[in-house]
Amino acid sequence: MLAEKDKVFTNLYGFDDWKLEGARKRGVWSNTKELLALGQAKIIDEVKNSGLRGRGGAGFSTGMKWSFMPQKSNGPSDRPHYLVVNADESEPGTCKDRDIIRFDPHRLLEGIVCGAFAINAHASYIYIRGEFVNEAKNMQIAIDEAYAAGLIGKNACGSGWDIDVYLHRGAGAYICGEESALLESLEGKKGQPRNKPPFPANAGLYANPTTVNNVETIAVVPEILRRGAAWFASMGREKNAGNKIYCISGHVNQPCNVEEAMSIPMKELIEKYAGGVRGGWDNLLAVIPGGSSTPLLPREICDTVLMDFDSLKAVQSGLGTAGLIVMDKSTDLIYAIARLSRFYMHESCGQCTPCREGTGWMYRMMLRMVRGNAKLEEIDMLIDVTREIEGHTICAHGDAAGWPIQGLIRHFRPMVEQRILDYRKQAA
Amino acid sequence: MLCFLYSRIRFSVTRNTHAIIEDTSLLMPKLKINDIELEVAPGTSVLQACEQLGIEVPRFCYHDKLSVPANCRMCLVEVEKTPKPQASCALPCGEGMVVKTNTPVVTRARKNVMEMLLINHPLDCPICDQGGECDLQDQAVAYGFDRGRYAEAKRAVKDKELGPLVKTVMTRCIHCTRCVRFADEIAGMPELGAFGRSEHMEIGTYIEKAVSSELSGNLVDVCPVGALTNKPYAFEARPWELSKTETIDVLDAVGSNIRVDARGQEVMRVLPRLHEDVNEEWINDKTRYACDGLKRQRLDKPYIRDVDGKLKPANWGEAFAAIARQIKGLPGEAIAAIAGNLADAESMFALKQLMQYLKSPNMDCRQDGALYDVSQRAGYTFNTTISGIEKADVILLVGTNPRLEASLINARIRKRWLRGGLKVGVISEQADLTYPTKYLGANPLVLDEVLQGRNAFCDLLKNAKNPMIIVGAGALARKDGLFIQYRVRKIAETYNMVRDGWNGFNVLQTSAARVAGLDMSFVPGQNGKSTNDIIAAAQNGKIGLLYLLGADEIDTSKLGSTFVVYQGHHGDAGANRADVILPGSAYTEKNALYMNTEGRLQSTRRAVFPPGEAKEDWQIIRALSEVLGQALPYDTLAQLRQKMVQSHALFARLDHVEPAPWNSFARDGVLDPAPLQSSISNFYQTDVISRSSPTMAACVETFLKSSVAEAAE
Repeated sequence: MLAEKDKVFTNLYGFDDWKLEGARKRGVWSNTKELLALGQAKIIDEVKNSGLRGRGGAGFSTGMKWSFMPQKSNGPSDRPHYLVVNADESEPGTCKDRDIIRFDPHRLLEGIVCGAFAINAHASYIYIRGEFVNEAKNMQIAIDEAYAAGLIGKNACGSGWDIDVYLHRGAGAYICGEESALLESLEGKKGQPRNKPPFPANAGLYANPTTVNNVETIAVVPEILRRGAAWFASMGREKNAGNKIYCISGHVNQPCNVEEAMSIPMKELIEKYAGGVRGGWDNLLAVIPGGSSTPLLPREICDTVLMDFDSLKAVQSGLGTAGLIVMDKSTDLIYAIARLSRFYMHESCGQCTPCREGTGWMYRMMLRMVRGNAKLEEIDMLIDVTREIEGHTICAHGDAAGWPIQGLIRHFRPMVEQRILDYRKQAA
Repeated sequence: MLCFLYSRIRFSVTRNTHAIIEDTSLLMPKLKINDIELEVAPGTSVLQACEQLGIEVPRFCYHDKLSVPANCRMCLVEVEKTPKPQASCALPCGEGMVVKTNTPVVTRARKNVMEMLLINHPLDCPICDQGGECDLQDQAVAYGFDRGRYAEAKRAVKDKELGPLVKTVMTRCIHCTRCVRFADEIAGMPELGAFGRSEHMEIGTYIEKAVSSELSGNLVDVCPVGALTNKPYAFEARPWELSKTETIDVLDAVGSNIRVDARGQEVMRVLPRLHEDVNEEWINDKTRYACDGLKRQRLDKPYIRDVDGKLKPANWGEAFAAIARQIKGLPGEAIAAIAGNLADAESMFALKQLMQYLKSPNMDCRQDGALYDVSQRAGYTFNTTISGIEKADVILLVGTNPRLEASLINARIRKRWLRGGLKVGVISEQADLTYPTKYLGANPLVLDEVLQGRNAFCDLLKNAKNPMIIVGAGALARKDGLFIQYRVRKIAETYNMVRDGWNGFNVLQTSAARVAGLDMSFVPGQNGKSTNDIIAAAQNGKIGLLYLLGADEIDTSKLGSTFVVYQGHHGDAGANRADVILPGSAYTEKNALYMNTEGRLQSTRRAVFPPGEAKEDWQIIRALSEVLGQALPYDTLAQLRQKMVQSHALFARLDHVEPAPWNSFARDGVLDPAPLQSSISNFYQTDVISRSSPTMAACVETFLKSSVAEAAE
C-alpha cells in the first residue's frame, strides 16, 4: 500500500493545473539544478541503486541501460548522444503514459533533463503516438513553457547543460513502440525494427549512441534523485522496486489508472481501486495482467499473484506495462484472444517471415476456434505455430503475438475443446 | 544446386546504420563453428565464416553485394550463451563465439521459417519460370517439412507493371527485399519499396511506373523466387534444357562476363557471371535483353549486288570471285578497310595483314572518325581499371555519361560514392548519374580552367589522394579530340593523377573492338587514310574497294559509287550499302578475343553456330586472302593467335591488365567551344544487335519516348 506522500504522479487524474505553474506547486522543477549537480556518474548510480526497471514492458534496469552509453562524447568518434522518450503507448489495455503526458508533462520534461544529462545527450526526442492529439498539444505547450522559463534549452535550469527537446508525432503504428522501429520512424523511414547488434546504445538514432526510455521510467527519475535511491527501493519487493501506474480496464466496476507500489497483490489492486470485478470476485474468469501481449491468468492464479515482474513471470505471464484487462464470466475468452490475434496480425511490420506470415495464420485458426470449426489436433498445431514464431524474429512482436494464445490454451484448453465438440455436434 | 557460390571476407553494412561500430580491436576474432576452430577478419559475419568452412547456411534475403536486413530468418544458427537462435547473416563474429549449425534447434528453426515462407506462396512451380533455378524450391526440399499444414485461404497479390523487361508475379514474393535493396543501393533508383504492413506488405513502385534503370534486369537475378522474372524470356524454356556457355559481352567496352544459355541453335537468354574486377555480378539491360536481336536481321548467306542494284544470294565462291574481280589491278591506295565496333581481334588482325599484303595503308578501326593520339596505350585505355575506381576519391568526368556508355563502370562509381567521401565533377551535358555530381558546365574550355587552377573543382583535385579523370569516347571523337586528350593528360599530370601505383588518366571507350584495334594498330599506315578521309575519298571516287568489317555506324550514304564489301552478321546500314556481303558470326557464335576499355583481354566462346552459311570472321578473311592470291599464313585459330602474339605481345595473357607505361602524347591546339556531350543518347540501340532486338525497341518506346513525352508535358 503506497502512502500518499510516496506518490510521484500527484496529478494523475488531472484535478490540478497541468501547466508549469501547477507543476511547480507539485514540486516539479523545484531543484533540478541541484539534481544535475550530482554529476553524471552519481545520477546513474542512484538510478541503478534505486532498482528502477524500465516501465515500458521489458523491465530492464534503467541505470544499467544508461551505463551502456559510451562514457564521453568527445572521444575519438565524438558522436552526439540522444535520449529518446518512447511515448508511443499503443499496447491495448495500457494508458499510463497518456495520463502522465496530458496531466503532468513537466514531470516528464524534468526527467528528460536529468536523463539526458546523465547520458551526455544534448538533444532529446519525444516520440508520441499519433493518435494522442490532445496529449501532443499539451506536451508541446509544456515544452514551450519550459523553454520560455529556461528550464530546457541552452543552460537548462541554470545547470550549464544544454538540452533541446523535440516532440515528434508518430503515424499510428503499434510497432513503432519497439525501440529500434521507433528510431527508424524517427529517422523518417518505415517503422521496422532493426536487427541487433548493434544496440541503440552503440548505434541508435542516426547511428549515434542513443537511449530509449519509456515515459513513466523517465518521469520518475527526478523524484528518485530528490528523495534518494533508498526511498524508491523501499517500495515493492526486492528487484521489483518502486511505484507503478496500473491501468485497470475491462469488467470492473470502476476502470481506472492508479499509482501503487510494485508487488501489490492483484486482487487487492482490483478490489480496492477498480471497485472490484463486475458481479464480484467469483465472477472473474481471467485477467490479462500486463497489456494485451502478456498471457492471461485464470482466477485461481489471480487470487494470490503479486503485481510485479518476477512473480508474474513465475506464473508464465508478465508485468508488461501493467495494463490489467479484467474479464468476467460473460466473456467469450476465445473470441477475445482471437481479437488480439487480429490486432497483432494487423500490426506486424511485415519485415520478417515468421511474424508476417504466422500472425495471419494464427488469427485465421483462432477465428475457426471461436466457432469451434477445427479439429482437436489443431489446438496443438496452433501452439506449435506460436512456438514457430517465438524467438525466430528480429523483434518481440512475433513472441507477443503468440503469448495470448499460449495463455489461453494453457489455462482454458477444455473450453477450446468443448467449443470444437459443440460445433461438431451441431454440424452433425 | 544451391547457388552459394561466393565466399568473401567483407564488412557488411547493416541496413539502418551508415556508420557502424568500428571494431576497435582489429584482432582477428577466433571462433568455433560446429567444433571447427577458425580465425576470421574483423567484421566477418557468422554466415560468411560458415561459407569459409564450406558449411551451407540457407538464406534468402542475404545477398553478398547488398546490405543486410536479416528479415527472412532462414539463416538462423545457434550461438552458445544466447537464448534465441541468431540470424547469422547479421551477426558479426566475436572472439570465443561458439556457433552450431547442425543442432536440432537450428534444424527446427529452418523448418519453421520455411513453413512460414510457403504458407502464402502459391506453390505454382509447374507454371513458374523460376522453376528449376529457384532458391525457394531448392531450400524447401533441403530444409523444409515434407508437407504443409496450412489449411487457410492464401494471400493473393496484384501484379505490378514494371515495364518491358521485368515480369512480376507478386503472389510468389517472399518479401526478402533484395530487389528493393538492389534498386536503392546498386542501381540508384529508389523507386521500389515495400509498402503496407504485415501480410499485406507488397513490393512495388507505389505509383505504377516502369523501373527506369539500365540495370533493372538484375532484379530478376537477385529475386530468389519467381516473383520477378525475365519478361521477354517468359515461358520460353526450362533451365535444364539449356546449354550454358561462359563467355563475355561485347555490346559495350566493359566486357561484362556473361553466361549464354542456348537451346539448340537459339540463344535464349544472357545471364551475368561473377567477375569482381569487371562487372561484379551485374550486367546491364542491353547485355541481357538484346540477345533476341541475334535471331533477327541475320545475314545467313553471301550476297552480291547485281546489275539492277539488287542484292542476290550467292555462294561463297561467287562472292569471293566478285571481290577478286574488283580488286584486280587496284593499287594499294585505292583499297580501304574500316573495322566496326563489334569486330574481334583475330579478324582485325587478319584483315590488317591482308591489307598489308595488298599494300594498302588505308585502314581504321575508329569508325567514329576519332583522331586523337593512339601512339601510347595509356592514352586510350581505362588505366585506373574498373576495380581501381573503388580507391578513387575524386573523379572528373569529361564528355561522357558513364551511365549510358558503360553502366557497370557507373555502378562502380556509385558503389564507391555509397561508401562515402567521393566527389564527382562533370564537364559534359547534365545527366542523372545516380549519384550527386558537381556540374562544371559542358564547355570544353572548362578544361583550361581546371588545368590552370581557376575552377572551384581544382581544390578538390589538389587535395585528393587518388584523383581520376575519365574522358569519354564522344569527347575524343570530336574534331578537337586530340587537343581535349592533351588537356586531359595535362590535368592528369598537374594534379598528380599519374604516379607509381596509380594512374588516374582514363579513356572510357564505348566499343568492344576499339582497344584491341588500337593495340594492333589497325589505324592508317604511312600516308594512309583515316575513316573520314576514306569516306571522303570514296565519295570522290578515289577508292576502288572499301572493306567494312562490321562497320555500320559510318555514314554509308556518302560512299559514292565505291565497291563496298561488307562482312558482318546483321543486315544493317553496312549490308544495305554493300556490293558484296560476307556473312560473319556474332559474339555468341565464335571463339574470339576482345580487349575491354581497361585493356583486359577476354575471350568469347561459341554458344551456338552461326546461322546458315555464315562463317567465323577470321576464316572468311583467310579464305578471301587465298582467292586473292595473298594467302595468310595460318590455317587455324591457334596459328593465327600465335602470329598475333608474336607481333603484339599484349594478346598473350587472358584476363590480365598490363599497366601501360606513361609517356607524352597528344598536343595542344585550339578547342572548339561546342558543348561536350556523351557519344550515346539512346542506350538501348547502339549496335546492329541491339538495333535488331524487339525488346530493345520496346525499351526505347517505354523509357525514351515516354520520358520525352513527359518532358513535353
